[in-house]
Amino acid sequence: MGQRVVRSTAWSPGPGCHGGCGLEFHVEDGRLVRVEGDERHPYSQGRLCPRALALKQFIYHPDRFLYPLKRVGERGEGRFERMTWDEALDHVEERLRAIRDRYGPESVMFVQGTGRDVGGPISFLCYSFGSPNWVQLGLAGHSCYTPRLAAMMFTHGDYAVLDAGQFSPEGMADPEYRVPEVIIVWAQNPAAGCQDAFYGHWVVDCVKRGSRLIVVDPRWTWFSSRAEVFLQLRPGTDAALALGMLNVIISEGLYDHEFVEKWCFGFDKLAARAAEYPLERVSEITWVPAEDIAAAARLYAKAKPAAIQWGLPVDMCPAGTTTAQAVTHLWSITGNLDVPGGQVIARPAFGVTTYPFSTQELHALYGEEFVQRMNEKRIGAQEFALLRNFRGWGQPDRAVEQMITGKPYPIKACWIQTTNILGGQAANTRLHYEALRKMEFNVVVDLFPNPTTMAVADVILPAATIAEKESFRSWWSPVQVMTPAIQVGECRSDWEINLELAKRFNPELKRRYETVKDLIDERLRPSGYTFDDLKDGNWKFPDKDTPSRAYYRYEKGLLRADGQPGFRTPTGKVELYSTSFEQFDMDPLPFFTEPPESEVRTPELAAECPLIMVTGRRSPVFFHAEHRNIPWLRECDPEPIVEIHPRTAAELGISDGEWVVIRNDRGRIKRKAKVTPIVHPKVVSVPHGWWLPETEGREPHLYGIWDHNCNLLVNIGPGCASGYGGAPYKTTLVAVGKLDEGDD
Amino acid sequence: MARKGLLINYEFCTGCHTCEVACKQEHDYPAGRWGIIVKDLTRETEGKVQVDFLPFPTDLCDLCARRTARGEKPACVKHCMAACMSYGTVSELAAQMEELPRSVLYVPR
Repeated sequence: MGQRVVRSTAWSPGPGCHGGCGLEFHVEDGRLVRVEGDERHPYSQGRLCPRALALKQFIYHPDRFLYPLKRVGERGEGRFERMTWDEALDHVEERLRAIRDRYGPESVMFVQGTGRDVGGPISFLCYSFGSPNWVQLGLAGHSCYTPRLAAMMFTHGDYAVLDAGQFSPEGMADPEYRVPEVIIVWAQNPAAGCQDAFYGHWVVDCVKRGSRLIVVDPRWTWFSSRAEVFLQLRPGTDAALALGMLNVIISEGLYDHEFVEKWCFGFDKLAARAAEYPLERVSEITWVPAEDIAAAARLYAKAKPAAIQWGLPVDMCPAGTTTAQAVTHLWSITGNLDVPGGQVIARPAFGVTTYPFSTQELHALYGEEFVQRMNEKRIGAQEFALLRNFRGWGQPDRAVEQMITGKPYPIKACWIQTTNILGGQAANTRLHYEALRKMEFNVVVDLFPNPTTMAVADVILPAATIAEKESFRSWWSPVQVMTPAIQVGECRSDWEINLELAKRFNPELKRRYETVKDLIDERLRPSGYTFDDLKDGNWKFPDKDTPSRAYYRYEKGLLRADGQPGFRTPTGKVELYSTSFEQFDMDPLPFFTEPPESEVRTPELAAECPLIMVTGRRSPVFFHAEHRNIPWLRECDPEPIVEIHPRTAAELGISDGEWVVIRNDRGRIKRKAKVTPIVHPKVVSVPHGWWLPETEGREPHLYGIWDHNCNLLVNIGPGCASGYGGAPYKTTLVAVGKLDEGDD
Repeated sequence: MARKGLLINYEFCTGCHTCEVACKQEHDYPAGRWGIIVKDLTRETEGKVQVDFLPFPTDLCDLCARRTARGEKPACVKHCMAACMSYGTVSELAAQMEELPRSVLYVPR
């Protein structure tokens, strides 16, 4: 009995996830028998998350979609009939083609969830169809990484991440590498969830090697307890905190004078803006004691090197992009940019694009003229100059409004690929439910029945997991490929499904790619490697002193197209005063603005709904709305809870383990109280993505979303002029109370 | 043969549940059976909240006899995301503890 081991890399269906870890699939007679971490893999060194270790239960789950399905009853009845792939693809092609002929390609939206490897295939299909509307539908304010990416791109022409040695094959053992002396963990629990191309426990590895911690969070985490300074701030006030820290660093002369003088633009203007944020004012806004803010600023600025690991709540601040800009300025003026152990510039390895993360990558793949043409009808591109000039996304809040109103042009169909909108990211769940029900045609590509497939799918296409597919990854280093180990049912990979349909809509593609591997090989070309070179765990890192390998690239002329030293910005410098934002009619400098609902902005509402609901705290065993159906994972985090402080619970007469109601003027949900001191007394933490796969899925139940989904209480955005950022997922005001008489 | 144990440097346990699920996969335990279980020991202390976790090997822990016979680490030790678990002889592990405050040594069998 032969056992085979196939080495691959995680990214999406299965573990979840933002990926990067090294996997070994142990296969016997065509069946996956075990998943192991790959000890040789530089990213995770053999370690694995519980979701990857539970892959067997995920892959062979009895509820999994194994072949294409067509709805036969009414939407919501849950009656589907089996189709062959040929029938399914013919049907989808015919329906989408008819809608395109009648209403134009822009009337079909291509919808994804979080940043998984679906981003490559779905944008490819969207553009091959001719639609400009590649949208993370439901993600209010487009508040997931894109605001941070925009802030970084327009400030220093590139993205930057905490340096944990991940750009070197030797990792932290690389002689050039240095461990950050100080790390600010800003609005994230790196030990849970799965960060953007960042293995969260690298922060733990750094702490073991001596890094001291500063933590910014409304909630105590493992990291907060080990922090030298813990800043337990009011949700949504991160911009004020960052500006207050900038003010301390600048007014006390703690910035890197040489770096600022040589490489930064607009320092005096930033200094003047920061001076508007004296400690007393910032303390009042943020609830954080002034001396703690000053201590954090001094500790960070005096350490060399120092780095910041930040999370998505930054994007969800009332002005997400500008909040991220303020944090970006912290690492810039302290001279921590692209230095060992600082904030290292992150580019896709060898310039290979899997999932287009920047305008430059979109131009390289599809041509500048095409991208410009897409802007004419891309949702939100005319209204928001930043959005028009950055990446290719349609604006999600305007998208849902347009689905309802049909203005300025109708949206008639959605291609929904591995995103459970109604159980997951959609703010104002009811509005998204109505909008999706209004569509003439919805295709859902997914793995399991969920509230979205049940409520709105007309056709369901079964997606392959990570163990069943060919794909590739260059987010950020090394470049690597996913090698298929098994086949399950008739499931197909996102790339395979989308390439086949893309060829039908754009016959020119038939000449370019016969197979998915042809497409992958073409995308890999800048690396000089092919799929076959890289398969079965043969990842490759770029050489030193190349544009996609650290360090000091701004000195070496490796960042700009003209080969000159400096940064890829209009002034060639780090723009502390953003000439691009100025052009986009935005404030060129960072600023703080109050959340849309707060004790300051809406005191009457705060009197009725006195608690701030932060949603979205990560669970190590779930990835957003996934994995509630996986027994090994669910039993680690079994119930939809609300975390509430003991003092607050006592005032409300609520005991640990009791079911309670959370409400505001948008609705009410039920949660089980977890009484814990980790939350601030004025804050309740309500985990997102909760639906109950073990309960009735058919209408009107939809697996319990109307009882438990926290997004029923959250408004859509955007809350800011850029179109990126400003989602109230962390700042919605609520009241919490005991269940009323008669409630179950 | 020298007795073997599990050393857990609980200062670094982040409560990620990896050890629990690694164990379930290795032994093919159904939901409800745990060879190791992580306890959340978070509590308020002097002026702060201390978030601590501690894995506990249950009566079902066999120290991954099948794996260690092949020269591999126990599933929990190998996959631990925080790399805060070690496997070895009790005397080796006890010697390591000299350098590891906030650690605990388990000898499940």
